[in-house]
This record gives sequence, structure tokens and C-alpha cells, in this order.
Amino acid sequence: MNKWIAVLACLLLVTGFAVADDEIATLRGAAIDTEKEPPRLANVDNRDIKRPRAYPMQPPTIPHKIRDYRVDLNSNKCLSCHSRKQTGESQAPMISVTHYQDRDGNFLADVSPRRYFCEQCHVVQTDARSLVGNEFEDIDSLLRKAK
Amino acid sequence: MIERIKRYWATLRRPSKHFSLGFLTLGGFAMGIIFWGGFNTVLEFTNTEMFCTGCHEMRENVYAELQYTIHFSNRSGVRAKCSDCHVPHDWTHKMARKMQASKEVWGKIFGTINTREKFLDKRLELAQHEWARLKANDSLECRNCHDFDYMDFTKQSPRASNQHSTSLASGDKTCIDCHKGIAHELPDMSGVPGWDD
Repeated sequence: MNKWIAVLACLLLVTGFAVADDEIATLRGAAIDTEKEPPRLANVDNRDIKRPRAYPMQPPTIPHKIRDYRVDLNSNKCLSCHSRKQTGESQAPMISVTHYQDRDGNFLADVSPRRYFCEQCHVVQTDARSLVGNEFEDIDSLLRKAK
Repeated sequence: MIERIKRYWATLRRPSKHFSLGFLTLGGFAMGIIFWGGFNTVLEFTNTEMFCTGCHEMRENVYAELQYTIHFSNRSGVRAKCSDCHVPHDWTHKMARKMQASKEVWGKIFGTINTREKFLDKRLELAQHEWARLKANDSLECRNCHDFDYMDFTKQSPRASNQHSTSLASGDKTCIDCHKGIAHELPDMSGVPGWDD
């Protein structure tokens, strides 16, 4: 019995290797024993122009640089402009009211702790070449086409 | 006591018996250069980064934090060292600040912030001193490099040029009002105006 299992395992291994070489997709793009040259670092888009969404329910992207903006226990640089209290003075877009709700929809006096770390969802954009295309169309344009 | 002072005064008033006028003037001039030069050299030395980071309090806290910010490492290689921002450049104010710094020597001797924990506990107070100083002198140390008169708003992002051409231009705000924590980490900012989200 044990002998049969061993033989089967060997067969599986051999066929496994045969497939691995050319059929498995990889992002590496270089032989396993070589170091691939990393792509150049891209520049962050700093034009302050709001971007339309690129997929349904996308959190708005950040249209400016955020180098060294600290978001931690002590301070939150994003909220120092974008929080409800500060938007009057800073004229920055206010964060969504949903960020002042807990997960049951109850309104809170301040930003919900689960929304505190802005960069979990909101990110800057760079001038890097996109690796894959995007054919996303907003529902409005789809509806217009359907008419 | 009064007698002794009178005696010294009499000696000072009397013309020199052994030394020529040339020796006294030239000698005085040379000694003046040596003393004044020496004084300024020592003063300059206390302005160097090597001196500031000679203490572990500076080297392991604020200096370590500075190193990843844009004031230390950037595309053009121009960088600020400690004294560029923390010591006034003109002589009178520099003297005043250097005298104030004797309190920092006291702090060093008695270990006021000789551990990371003690430093973090005191960080808000220390930061507030610097904010107050920069607010009072209209962010002079920022403006030593970042001169408002030569700012090209068209080269700034719309957001930046908007703020700089209104609040900063009118003198309503000064650099430090918005640009806090740009070279070091921030203390707990709850209660600080503009940060208390």
C-alpha cells in the first residue's frame, strides 16, 4: 500500500514540474537565479485636480503629494484640513459623513476610529505606466447608451 | 573693599611704565582678534551638527527623525542642519538664544530627557516652545531660506499657491501655523488648534 502511494507521489511531482516551467503565469519576468532591475520610482501627481472614479464604489483618490504626512496616534495630517471642523478654514473637501458613523449607522461626534487611517482606502496617483488597461464605464454612460 | 577698587582704578588710570604705546595698541589689537575670533569659533562650533548630535538625546530622537524628511534628503541635495532652523542667524538674537541654551546644558546634566520615554513625555512642551518662538519671530528661520518675495506661485500647486497668496501674503498666518512637524515627529496634538480633529 505504502509503496503505491510513494509511486503515485513521484508521478505527481514529475508531472507537476513538467507543467511548472512554461504554463504557470508569473509576475517575476526573469529567471529565478537573476535579479530583475526594478522599475523607476514614479512621481506623485500633485495637480490638485479631482479625478473621476475608475471602478464602482472607488474611494476618491488623493490629488496631491502626501510626503511625510503623519497619520498616527499623535496626529492626523489629513484631518487637519479635511475634517469637518477644519474644512471651513482650509476649504478642502470634507470627508464623507459616513466617516462620522459607526458600523451600525449611528452618528458620532468625531471621526469613527475605523475610518481614521485615511490611506487604507485613499491613495495618491503617480505618473507610472498602468500595468493593465481599464475599460470601466460609469453607470450613467451605460444608461445613456442603453436609451 | 572700596579701598581695593580705588587702588585698581588708580593703576588703570596711570600711564604704562614699562610698555610702549605701540606694544599696547598693537598687542591689544592682536589679543582682540584672538579673543573675539576664538569666541566666535567656539560659538560656531556649538552650531555644528556634530556638536548637536554629540548627545544621544539629540542623535537618537530628533536627528533620527529628521533624516527621512525633505529637509534632510531630497532631489537637489540642499539640506538644513539643526542650527539652520533652531538658532537665529543674526548676532544679537543668536546670543540671546545661546544664553537660553544654558538651560539645555542643565537638562543634559540632570538627565531631563535621557530616555526615549522621558523625551516623549516632554515632547509637547518642547515643541510648544519652538512653535511659540517661530510664531513670535514670524518664522524667521524658515524665511532665511524660503523667502516669500521670491516664491513663484505659478510653480506651486493650486492648493499651495492659494494658501500662500492669501493667508501668508496678508501676514495673517506665518509658516509654522500650517507647517508643523515637517522635520520631526509630532507630539500628541489633541488640543492644539488646527489639529484637534
